[in-house]
Amino acid sequence: MTHRGTHLGDRTLAAAGLARVEGEGGMYVRVSDGRVEEVRLDIYEPPRFFEAFLAGRSYTEPPDITARICGICPVAYQTSACWAIEAACGVTLPEPLAGLRRLLYCGEWISSHALHIYMLHAPDFLGYPGAVELARDHREVVERGLSLRRAANALMEAIGGRSVHPVNVRVGGFYRVPSAGELAPVAEQLARALDLALETVRWVAGFDFPDFRCDHELLALRQPGSYPIEAGTLVSSRGLEFTAADFERHVIEEQVPHSTALHARLAGHGGSYLTGPLARYSLNSQWLPPAAAAAAADAGLGPVCRNPFQSIVVRAVETVCAIEEALRLVRAYRQPASPFAEAAPRAGTGHGVSEAPRGVLYHRYELDSAGIVRSARIIPPTSQNQAAIQDDLRGFVQDRLAFDDERLTRECEQAVRNYDPCISCATHFLRLRVDRGR
Amino acid sequence: MTGGAAQRRRVVVIGVGNTYRRDDGIGQEVLSRLRARAADDTADDTADGNPDDTADGNPDDTADGNPDDTADGNPDDTVQLVTSDGEPASLVEAWTGASLAVVVDAVLAAAPGPPAPGRLHRIVLYRPDPVPARPVSSHGLGLGEAVRLGVALGRMPDRLIIHAVEAADVGHGPGLSPAVAAAAGPLTAAVLRDLRAG
Repeated sequence: MTHRGTHLGDRTLAAAGLARVEGEGGMYVRVSDGRVEEVRLDIYEPPRFFEAFLAGRSYTEPPDITARICGICPVAYQTSACWAIEAACGVTLPEPLAGLRRLLYCGEWISSHALHIYMLHAPDFLGYPGAVELARDHREVVERGLSLRRAANALMEAIGGRSVHPVNVRVGGFYRVPSAGELAPVAEQLARALDLALETVRWVAGFDFPDFRCDHELLALRQPGSYPIEAGTLVSSRGLEFTAADFERHVIEEQVPHSTALHARLAGHGGSYLTGPLARYSLNSQWLPPAAAAAAADAGLGPVCRNPFQSIVVRAVETVCAIEEALRLVRAYRQPASPFAEAAPRAGTGHGVSEAPRGVLYHRYELDSAGIVRSARIIPPTSQNQAAIQDDLRGFVQDRLAFDDERLTRECEQAVRNYDPCISCATHFLRLRVDRGR
Repeated sequence: MTGGAAQRRRVVVIGVGNTYRRDDGIGQEVLSRLRARAADDTADDTADGNPDDTADGNPDDTADGNPDDTADGNPDDTVQLVTSDGEPASLVEAWTGASLAVVVDAVLAAAPGPPAPGRLHRIVLYRPDPVPARPVSSHGLGLGEAVRLGVALGRMPDRLIIHAVEAADVGHGPGLSPAVAAAAGPLTAAVLRDLRAG
């Protein structure tokens, strides 16, 4: 729904539904006298409910319960929860369980990135209203995306028990671990998927990208020597370095009136920051494995990428990275004697971070001596990115005020999709309001 | 587990929804009841080492996607039980190649007139071509999008049966509302009738 005011320079754009975004929420843009006065991304977010729900539960339960927060990235929630609780219990995950955790996470990256690239984001660049219309004209393209997801799901089922809300993850490792033989057919699928992923990079690199640059501070994990996926310490583009235990000293969350989601900013650095593929890539591109590094170079990505529209290329490169890593981990895998490390409860607080497909996901749990969760804190990537997305939209709209409402609304939607926001992770409505009148 | 049946048909039951969104958990509840029935019917149903995980009363916890799950006691069929969050591409993957796909989901409103929580709707699509009347799923993107995608890709089951239950509450939290909980039994029976009818 859009309205044009009688005053040419004043308009309030209001659209009631942003399609192809994982979540629910709305967007509102108000323009006055030719200047963008207000941009709001309204987000309704479930982690607050889950934080309250977790209090009083056993320390063994958060990996399963928080996996239900998001249908797209349950492994991320399980992993951050496990790291945090294991830290509280003083447990270090041994090999090969740590490798298996990274391997499962690779599956989620491949699946989530393939979904976003093919079903949600690519239609924007090709002039299609959605994946269905893209599939009608280019069935083989959409099938390529589905094949990538199939390989990812096979990997997640082999380790996680199933691909939607994996059930095999527990504090200290897994309920059951696969034999090397069980992973062999998965590796064959992944080897084929690697070709599809490389093809995907070449495909998206040919899209036409608007000239746009975001200058936010970037925040991501870093694991020197490898690309950060399931673990790491935090680094920023302005030189911050800290561990998960210090996350809440550096990341300040604030309530904003129009949203149930809290807005995050970096303490002492004044403003919004960005986490997710652009941040991960720009802070870690030197650690990409060989095929992913070559694909990035061939796609024309430099060591840093600050154009949110090119996030689709970065996701494609990260898909290659995740498949390469998965293949390496499968080859190195030896079935352990025990599927998990014992994690006896003790009173304390633990913190965990991992790189969800959409960015840094932080969990904190406070346990009592019996292992009962006294408090929980979950900070998902989308709430961290919310302020940065709004800042970008403000500049984006300002430069495009000459567009009519329909085109401006469509391009705003596309700009939001650049960040692959997972807005509620439980339902899928996003309402967009773009106001152009007084 | 029919072993050796040459012309086995693939049948899939897909439970859509999130058990932490109240009535949206009805799809998982029906899957849970079908699993329990299969476990009763199959003495050799072995556990996978996973102690059926959460202690929150959430029925959404056994590993599925197991094509050996026989839910209806019909030895000619292999019935696969699939948990889904309703994401269209995943739904299409789940029902691709099936002779019969049965989808169970909660809907916020499925018919004109006043809402009636717990009311059941059964929609049958035979090799659908046009876009069906779309239930307003709590997943938004939902079944309509999945059907349109499946048609575009030529990946529809021979027959798709949708069991939709009108929800009273899709707010945060586990547990079904009384009206929807009361519908779980009749709904499971209706799914079993479809499986037996083949």
